[in-house]
Amino acid sequence: MAIRERMSGNEAVATAMRQINPDVCGAFPITPSTEIPEYFSQFMANGLVDTQFVPVESEHSAMSVCIGASAAGARAVTATSSAGLAYMWELLYVAASSRLPITMAVSNRALTGPISIGNDHSDSMGARDSGWLQIYAENNQEVYDNFIQGILITEATRLPVMICQDGFITSHGVANIELLEDEKVRDFVGEYEPEEYLLNAENPLAVGPYGTAPYYMEVKRAQAQAMKEAGTAILDVARRFEELSGRSYGFIEEYRMEDAEMAVVAIGSSAGTGKAAVDQLREEGVKAGLVKVRVFRPFPAKELAEALGKVKAAAIMDKAESFSGCGGPMFAETRSALYDLEQRPALVNYIYGLGGRDVTVDHFFHVFRDLEEICSGGEVGEVYRYIGVRDGGAEK
Amino acid sequence: MAYNLKRELNKPERLAGGHRLCAGCGAGIAVRGVLRALEEGDKAVIGNATGCLEVSTFNYPNTAYYDSYIHTAFENAGATLSGVEAAYNVLKKKGKVKETYKFITFGGDGGTYDIGLQSLSGAMERGHDMVYVCYDNEAYMNTGIQRASSTPRFADATTSPAGTEIPGKVQNKKNLTEIMAAHNIPYVAQTTFLGDFRDLHNKAHKAIYTEGPCFLNVLAPCPRGWRYEAADLPEICRLAVDTCVWPLYEIENGVWRLTYEPRRKLPVEEFLSRQGRFRHMFQRGNEWMIRETQDYVDQQWEKLLKKCE
Repeated sequence: MAIRERMSGNEAVATAMRQINPDVCGAFPITPSTEIPEYFSQFMANGLVDTQFVPVESEHSAMSVCIGASAAGARAVTATSSAGLAYMWELLYVAASSRLPITMAVSNRALTGPISIGNDHSDSMGARDSGWLQIYAENNQEVYDNFIQGILITEATRLPVMICQDGFITSHGVANIELLEDEKVRDFVGEYEPEEYLLNAENPLAVGPYGTAPYYMEVKRAQAQAMKEAGTAILDVARRFEELSGRSYGFIEEYRMEDAEMAVVAIGSSAGTGKAAVDQLREEGVKAGLVKVRVFRPFPAKELAEALGKVKAAAIMDKAESFSGCGGPMFAETRSALYDLEQRPALVNYIYGLGGRDVTVDHFFHVFRDLEEICSGGEVGEVYRYIGVRDGGAEK
Repeated sequence: MAYNLKRELNKPERLAGGHRLCAGCGAGIAVRGVLRALEEGDKAVIGNATGCLEVSTFNYPNTAYYDSYIHTAFENAGATLSGVEAAYNVLKKKGKVKETYKFITFGGDGGTYDIGLQSLSGAMERGHDMVYVCYDNEAYMNTGIQRASSTPRFADATTSPAGTEIPGKVQNKKNLTEIMAAHNIPYVAQTTFLGDFRDLHNKAHKAIYTEGPCFLNVLAPCPRGWRYEAADLPEICRLAVDTCVWPLYEIENGVWRLTYEPRRKLPVEEFLSRQGRFRHMFQRGNEWMIRETQDYVDQQWEKLLKKCE
C-alpha cells in the first residue's frame, strides 16, 4: 500500500534519498536546496541510513566528493542550486567524462547577476552541455519519482543525472504525495555493483588521465554515444517504475494534444499552470494543448517533432536566457528538432519567469491568444519574445 | 624496525619508471619516497591534483601507478580523496571491501598553497583518514614557472620577473606548514630529500599510519624553474636545510619538534647562488636583497626554534 503524505519537494527528495540509502552524500548548503541535506542529516542523526555524509566546505568539493566516492565504487548523491551548481561546473564535465554514476537533486534557482534566490532554469540550462542527463519535475510527486528512477538510470547509462525541480515553487511548496514503502524502494534500486572501481583489490583502477589529442576525442565520442543511447535506459527504468507505482513516465508528456491546433511547450512547474489554462480554453472550445518536457538531456527531438508536427503554431517557453540574441535554449533545440518536418508549425519563443517572476494562468492565456492570431493567418513577427516583464515588447 | 635504506629500496616499486617527469625533478622522488613508507601488504588509493606530476605519470593509456589512482582537477585533491575515503568507510562497514586501504594524495604547491587550499583545509577539518602530500617546487611549474604564494621573495618567475624596477617576487613565501598545524590535525611535517631519505621516510610512515588527517610538506626542487643542473638536486636540498631556508620539523599532536638541526648554519648565499632564479641577487648593488633574505630566514628560524623548545 502506498503511503499518502503531504510534504515539500525538498522533503520528498530527502525521503527518496533515505529510502535509497546511498553510500555517500557530499553536500553544501545553498538556498533553496539546503533543506535536502538538512532533512537527510536528521535521518542520519536518527540512524535511519548507513550513508556517510560529507559536509564539505563548498559545492566544488561536494561534486569532488561525489566523483571520488563514485569512482571508489560507492553510490553517491548530492543536492544543489544556482551558484552552487555553477561552482561545480568544472567537475560536472569531469564526472560525465569519467562516466561516473552520480544522482544530483537540483532545486532550480536563478544564477547571480544580480543575486536572486528566485526560481528559473538558468543554472541547469547553463549546464546542459556538460554531459549530464537532465530530468525535470512538474511537482513534488514527480521529483520524488524521478529521483528514485535517477539512481538506476545513472547506473545503467554511466552518465551522471540531474533531477531538477523548481526552487521554492515545488521545493518548498507542500503538496499531497504518494510515497512508496521503504522496502519497495530498496528492492527497486537494489545494490550498486560497479564493474570497475578504485577499491577493487584484484584490479586497481586509474581514473582521470591526461588525454592528449590522439585520445581526447574518442572519449567525447563515447560520451555522445552514451547520451544517444540513454533513452533506452530511461524508458526501461520508467516501465519498471510504473509496475511498482502505477505512475507512468516518458520523455515528454502530451496534455490534450490529440486534436490540438496550438500548443505550449514548457518545463517544470509551469507545465501545471499551463495545463490549467489549457483546461479553461478547452471549455471555451479552443483547441489548445501542452507538451511538457520531462527529459531535457538527452533531448527528445523525435518525440517533440511528433507531438508538435500536428499543430499549426506552438509557443516554446524558456525559463532561462541564453543571450544568443535570438531565443532561449529550449526554443533553439525545439526549433531544430522540427526542421526536418515536411509541415512545420509556426514557432514563437517566450522568455518568462526569470529570477522568481510569477507565472500565472493569465500569462498562458496571453500566449495562447498570440498563437490563435498566428493560427488564423496573422503575422508571426518577432519570434523571440518576453512575457511578464515591464519593458518587454510582448506584454501589451 | 630501524630504518634501512637498502631494505626500503628492495621493496616493490609503487611508481613505475618511464614516467615523463624531467631528470632532476623532485616530484617523482617525493612520490617514490612517500609510497615506500607504505607497508608491503597494504593497499592504497593515490590522489593527485592537476600539475606536472599528474600529466607526467598518467598520460592515457599509460599509468605509472601500481595502486589505484584518481585525478579530477587542479584545486580539489583534498575533496576528491575525501570522497574516496568516505566510500571506503561505508563499503568496508558493509563488507564489500575487505582489505585495508590507505589514502595518500599529492599536489604541487600551486594546487596546495593556492587554488586547492580551501579543499585541503576542508578535508583536514573534517578529519578524513588520509595524508595530503604537497610537493613544493615554489612556483606553477606545469604552466611555465609562474609565481605562487609558495614562491620565495626575490625569485625570478615568469609572472614575477626580475626587471630593472622590480627585483623578482615582492612578497615572502607563505608558511603553509604552520597553517596546516593550525588545523590541529594529528600530524604535520616538513621534509625534503636528505642523505639516506630517513627523515622523509619516517615522516611519511608516521603520516600514513597515524589515524586521521595528516599533512606533509616536501620541498621538491624543479630544475627548469630553479635553474640548476639535474645532478645538483641532492646538494640543493641539503643547502636548503643547512641554511635553514627549509627547516625539517614535525608537529605531532600539537608538539613541535625539530627533526634536524644543522651542525653549522650556512649563510643563505650558499643556497641562492646555486640557482638561476636568484642570479640577479648577486649583481652589484643588490647586496640588500641577500641581506634581507638572510634576516628573514634568521627571524623565521628563531621563531621555529622557540616553538620547538
